[in-house]
Amino acid sequence: MAIEHADVLRAAHLARLGLNSDAEAAGYVDDLTRILEMVDRLQAVDTDGIAPLSHPLDTTQRLRPDEVTETNQRDAFQACAPETADGLYLVPRVVE
Amino acid sequence: MQWETVIGLEVHVQLATQSKIFSGASTAFGAEPNTQACAIDLGLPGVLPVLNEGAVAMAVQFGLAIDAEIPETSLFERKNYFYPDLPKGYQTSQMAQPIVGRGEVEIVLDDDVRKRVRIHHAHLEEDAGKSLHEDFHGMSGIDLNRAGTPLLEIVSEPDMRSAKEAVAYIRALHAIVTYLGISDGNMAEGSMRCDVNVSVRPKGQETLGTRAEIKNVNSFRFVERAIEFEVERQIEVIEDGGKVVQETRLYDPDQDETRSMRTKEEANDYRYFPCPDLLPVMLDSAYIEHQRSTLPELPTEKRNRFETRLGLSAYDAGVLSSTRPMAEYFEAVLVVCGDAKQAANWVQGELSAHLNRENIDISNSPVTPEQLGGLISRVLDDTINGKAAKQVFAALWNNEGQSADEIIDTRGLKQVTDTGAIEAMIDQVIANSPVQVAQYRDAAPEKRGKMIGYFVGQVMKASRGTANPQQVNGLLKQKLDEA
Repeated sequence: MAIEHADVLRAAHLARLGLNSDAEAAGYVDDLTRILEMVDRLQAVDTDGIAPLSHPLDTTQRLRPDEVTETNQRDAFQACAPETADGLYLVPRVVE
Repeated sequence: MQWETVIGLEVHVQLATQSKIFSGASTAFGAEPNTQACAIDLGLPGVLPVLNEGAVAMAVQFGLAIDAEIPETSLFERKNYFYPDLPKGYQTSQMAQPIVGRGEVEIVLDDDVRKRVRIHHAHLEEDAGKSLHEDFHGMSGIDLNRAGTPLLEIVSEPDMRSAKEAVAYIRALHAIVTYLGISDGNMAEGSMRCDVNVSVRPKGQETLGTRAEIKNVNSFRFVERAIEFEVERQIEVIEDGGKVVQETRLYDPDQDETRSMRTKEEANDYRYFPCPDLLPVMLDSAYIEHQRSTLPELPTEKRNRFETRLGLSAYDAGVLSSTRPMAEYFEAVLVVCGDAKQAANWVQGELSAHLNRENIDISNSPVTPEQLGGLISRVLDDTINGKAAKQVFAALWNNEGQSADEIIDTRGLKQVTDTGAIEAMIDQVIANSPVQVAQYRDAAPEKRGKMIGYFVGQVMKASRGTANPQQVNGLLKQKLDEA
């Protein structure tokens, strides 16, 4: 599978990554192409009859009892926020 | 051209857990902003989400209630997008292996017509926070208390063909989740939110038309109106030679219209992948059977039983099974009085009228089911007549007595059925009304039926409402006609 310049720009946009130059984007085209080549090689392995693995650990999710265990630590968390008001985190205006 | 409407719904149900789906922060509604948003909810570095068993149990109960398959393994994935009320940059959700598989919900339409709506699947996910766009000096304010609240997203097949069917479906879901107690079902507080997929196609055509998705419709009435508006809009677009575009629209209740939000050019490019922080969830059959054993009787079962076993009309059965508190109240009344029809009449009549007038929920009724059952028993055994029963009910409502029996006693409302006593009152009334008696006796027999009402009223008044009205009527006729 070939990856093109436009694919890199699109992926970068979706991930909100800023690419500084065409040269930087071109570097990612090369890197990602090599990664996808490796994926192609993996795809060649016969995996018929093998259940897909979603997680490398051979164990299952532990469940937590439905209890409130957290206390209010708003002041501590908001101490490292750039801006707050009336207990709210402030962010650049979002327009729907 | 004849058009057919095709509707599918995605309903987000907020689960009634105490704590969040992946953290121990409280889910209580209405707290001060960000006082219930912990490090996990904020997506701070180094935190590890741990799945809430309560949310799993509720999802499984819902699945069992709609006869769905519960897969042994389900999986959490990350749905990636950027929005300030989603601090992690992804929503933890499920896609490839949801916790609830295919199922079915029965809906009831006009004239008791039943229809089955297929459920594609239901999955667990976390809610996002809330953005407040009031003026914070050109900034938006973010409250993350809701972030991490467990949601069950129930996805239907496109099986509904009208706004009415869509509303009936949401009502059915609402009844199921509130019967199960897995959600408070409070639509005004956002406990149930619907995304409505609507398309139209020429009648008889197999392939589906292009659909628009109406986001976040949060009342039964708005669902109906949003669909009706959207169907008209789409038909108009097509009949004017245009094409419906696949897009997300918002319903504006003030203007009663839907408006385009954004075209879905990047539709579904959420780059889902398995969440490395959460392991596969395995549910064995013992766990599932345990959840099954906790299921209450469900709305459809109750409705059917009320109709077939208790002999109620389809209408009565529908109303009385519509909510769990209503059904439980009715059944508690029935246990005391033993007469389903009378219990149904009183609950839907006198009781509902009082509750509606004062806007009180049946679970907070000042008259308990035991008191109402006791009152109905005294009507059934002829201790009191219908008129006195209403007085007793009013007294119970105003907390002027502990029981119907007490009120009947202290107010002397016991029905007088003693012929001698009634005759004495009648003689008195006749003696006091010579003019009316003369008029009655001069009148033609076919006119007397109406005129007797005056005398009945006088005797009932003399008995302070306690005389048996049928007896009064019969005896009066005898005495007036005998001369």
